[in-house]
Amino acid sequence: MKYLAEYRDAELVHSTIAKIKETVSQPWTLMEICGGQTHSIIKNGLDQLLPDEIELVHGPGCPVCVTPLELIDKALAIASQPDVIFTSYGDMLRVPGSQADLFSIRAQGGDVRVVYSPLDALKIAQENPNKEVVFFAIGFETTAPANVMSILQAEQLKVSNYSILVSHVRVPPAIETILGSPNNRVQGFLAAGHVCAVMGYWEYLPIAKKYQIPISVTGFEPLDIVQGILDTVESLEAGESPVKNSYIRAVTEQGNKAAQQSINRVFESCDRKWRGIGLIPNSGWRLNSAYADFDAEQRFNVQAIEAEESPLCISGLVLQGIKKPAECEAFGNLCTPENPLGATMVSDEGACAAYYRYRNQPAENARDIK
Amino acid sequence: MTKELPSLEGPVCALPKSHKDRIVIGHGSGGKMTADLIRDIFYPPLSNPALLAGNDAGVVQLADGSMLAISTDAHVVSPLFFPGGDIGKLAICGTVNDVAMVGAKPLYLTASFILEEGLELSILESVVQSMKSSAEEAGVEIISGDTKVVAHGEADGLYISTTGVGELNPGLKIGGAEAKPGDLVIISGTIGEHGIAVLEARGELGFESNLESDTAPLNHLVAAMLTASKNIHVLRDPTRGGVATALNEISRQSGVGIILEEDSLPILPAVAAACEMLGFDPLYIANEGKLLAIVSQEDVENVLAVMRKTRYGENAAVIGVVEGSPQGRVLLKTVLGSTRIVDVLAGEMLPRIC
Repeated sequence: MKYLAEYRDAELVHSTIAKIKETVSQPWTLMEICGGQTHSIIKNGLDQLLPDEIELVHGPGCPVCVTPLELIDKALAIASQPDVIFTSYGDMLRVPGSQADLFSIRAQGGDVRVVYSPLDALKIAQENPNKEVVFFAIGFETTAPANVMSILQAEQLKVSNYSILVSHVRVPPAIETILGSPNNRVQGFLAAGHVCAVMGYWEYLPIAKKYQIPISVTGFEPLDIVQGILDTVESLEAGESPVKNSYIRAVTEQGNKAAQQSINRVFESCDRKWRGIGLIPNSGWRLNSAYADFDAEQRFNVQAIEAEESPLCISGLVLQGIKKPAECEAFGNLCTPENPLGATMVSDEGACAAYYRYRNQPAENARDIK
Repeated sequence: MTKELPSLEGPVCALPKSHKDRIVIGHGSGGKMTADLIRDIFYPPLSNPALLAGNDAGVVQLADGSMLAISTDAHVVSPLFFPGGDIGKLAICGTVNDVAMVGAKPLYLTASFILEEGLELSILESVVQSMKSSAEEAGVEIISGDTKVVAHGEADGLYISTTGVGELNPGLKIGGAEAKPGDLVIISGTIGEHGIAVLEARGELGFESNLESDTAPLNHLVAAMLTASKNIHVLRDPTRGGVATALNEISRQSGVGIILEEDSLPILPAVAAACEMLGFDPLYIANEGKLLAIVSQEDVENVLAVMRKTRYGENAAVIGVVEGSPQGRVLLKTVLGSTRIVDVLAGEMLPRIC
C-alpha cells in the first residue's frame, strides 16, 4: 500500500535500529503514550529488535482503558432504557462495568449499535426521530474534533434527539501526572502522533523544560516508531531535553487550528477520573454550558451513578508504566480478552490485550520458512 | 525491570463478564466463544466419534464398507445479495466445501428455508436460481427441502440451511488432526475478500472498494489436488474467523505448531487497505471460496502445480510450515524478522476506536 509500505520497509527499519544501537551507551526507559503505538510495537515485535538497553513501557493512551468504571455504568444505564439507541465505537462494547457490559445489554434487548463515526450516530438520530440516540464520546484529543462536529451539526440541523455521553481526556496532564509520581521510571516520551496532528506539540514544550525530559512526537508505523526512539535516545545521550517532531508528515507545532477552535467552542476543561490512575485535575473536557442540552448525563439524569473498582487487576500500574502485563498474576489465566478483568485486556490498543494476542507464549520456537 | 515493585495500591478493575448465561453475538464469531459453546453445550450430550473429530464434515462408515461425509450449514448473511454472490450461492458453496474438506465428493444436498412474512417472491426466485447455478457448477443435486414462514420481524428476510452428503474413498485420511511436523501450509488464493465485500454491501464502511466475495464451490479443486498427491493431510476452508482461526483449530487438533511467514500471505491491496482503515487483520476475515491445505513437503510442488491450473486455485501459495512446537499455537514471522502469536478471535471482531 502506497504511503504505508514505505514506513514498513524492513531494510529502513533495521538501518534505523542499527543507528539506535550505535547511539545508545546506557540503559534508558522510554514510554510510548498511545495505545496505537503499543499495539504496533507488539504486533511488529519491535521491542524484540531493539538493543537491551532500551526498555519500552506502555503509557495510558488507550481511550478504552482509561474510561472510568462509573462512566461505563452510566452508559449501561442509558442503553438499557426503552426508546434509546445507544451508539459506540466497537471496542467499548466489551468493557466490563460493575454489573454488565454493552454486549449483555444488547443480548437483553437493548438497542446498542457499533458506529465508525459520531456523524453516523447523528444520521441514525435523523432517521429515528422518535428515539433518543446517544453516542459514547470517549477518547483523547484525536477523536474530539469528530465528536464536537456531530454536536455542531446537530445544532445546525436542529436534531433534538441526539446527545453524547462524554469522557474526553487529554495527554499533557497525564504526562505530568506520570512525571510527578515518586515511582516514575520514564526518562523519555514518544508523544502520540495523532493527538499532536490535532493539537500540535506546543503544549509539550513547557513540560519538557520543566521536567528536563526529551519528548519525540511519534507516528504508528514501524519506521515511525523506531525513528521516534532514535530521536529520543539521541537527546538522552546528549543530555538534552528537546521536543522533537519525528512525525513531520502529519504534525506541525501548532496543529489543526480549525479543529482546536471547534473543540474550544463546544467543550470546556474539567477534572476527569482515569480508570487505573484516579482523578487528574483539568485532564479532560466536557460540554460547556452553551451545549449542555446535548449532554446525555443530564438528559438521562445519570450524574449520580458512582462505582467502586474491584481490587483484582493491576491495569492502573500498567497504564502508568510501572508494571508490564505479564507481571500481573491474573494475566492470561483469570484475565483474557474473552473474559477481561480490566480494560487494558479489552481493547486492541490495551497493553494487556496486545501482549496476550501476540506474546502469550515465548516466540523462540519460530524458525525460517523456505 | 526494577527489582522492587510498588504495592498494588489503587487497583482498578471490574469483575469479569463471562457471558455464561445468555447468548451474545460473539458466540457466533467462529472464535474462542464459539468453540467454548460447542465444547460445553453441544459435545457432552451429543458425543460420538464422528462429531468429536471436529472436522468440517462428519465421516461415517456404512455396513458395506463405503464411507459417507455429511455436513450441514445455516446461512443468515445480511444483505441477501452482495458483490460476487448471494445467500443462495453461499448456501450451496458453504456445504459443498465442508463436505469436500474431508476429501469427499459431494453428491446431494437438502435445503430448508426460513422465510419472513413479507419477503418479495422475486427475491426468493433469484436466490433459488442462484442455488441452481452453483449446484450445477459443483455437480450436485438438491434432492429434498423444507419451507417455514415466520411472522414479520421474526427473521431477517430469508435464512437457508443446507445439508450435504458426499462419498469418500475409504483409503483417504484427511482431517484436522493429521498435520505433521515438516508439512507445508498452502492457501488456494488471496484472503479476506468475502468478509470485506459483505461489510461493504451493508453500507457500513463509508467507502467503496469494488471488492467481490470469493464465494465458490471448491470440490473440483479438491478432486484435482487428490490426483496430485496421496499426502494431503488436512483440508479446511477458512470461513468465519478466517485463516487464523482455522489454523489455530488445526494446530490444536494435531498438537503441532504452525509458523506463518507474513511476507507470503496473499492479500489484495483493497482488502489490506480496508483492514487498515477499520483496524481489522485480514487473517481473521471470512473467506467463502478458499481452502487451506497441509501437505507433505515432497508433494507440495505437484499439488501447487495442479491447483494453479484450476479456476479457484490460480494464486495458490505456500504460507507456512508445520513444526513440532509450540503445540497448539500459530506464530507469524513478521517482515521485520520478529515473531508474534496469531491467536483465535476472542468474540466478535470489533473495530478499533482510532
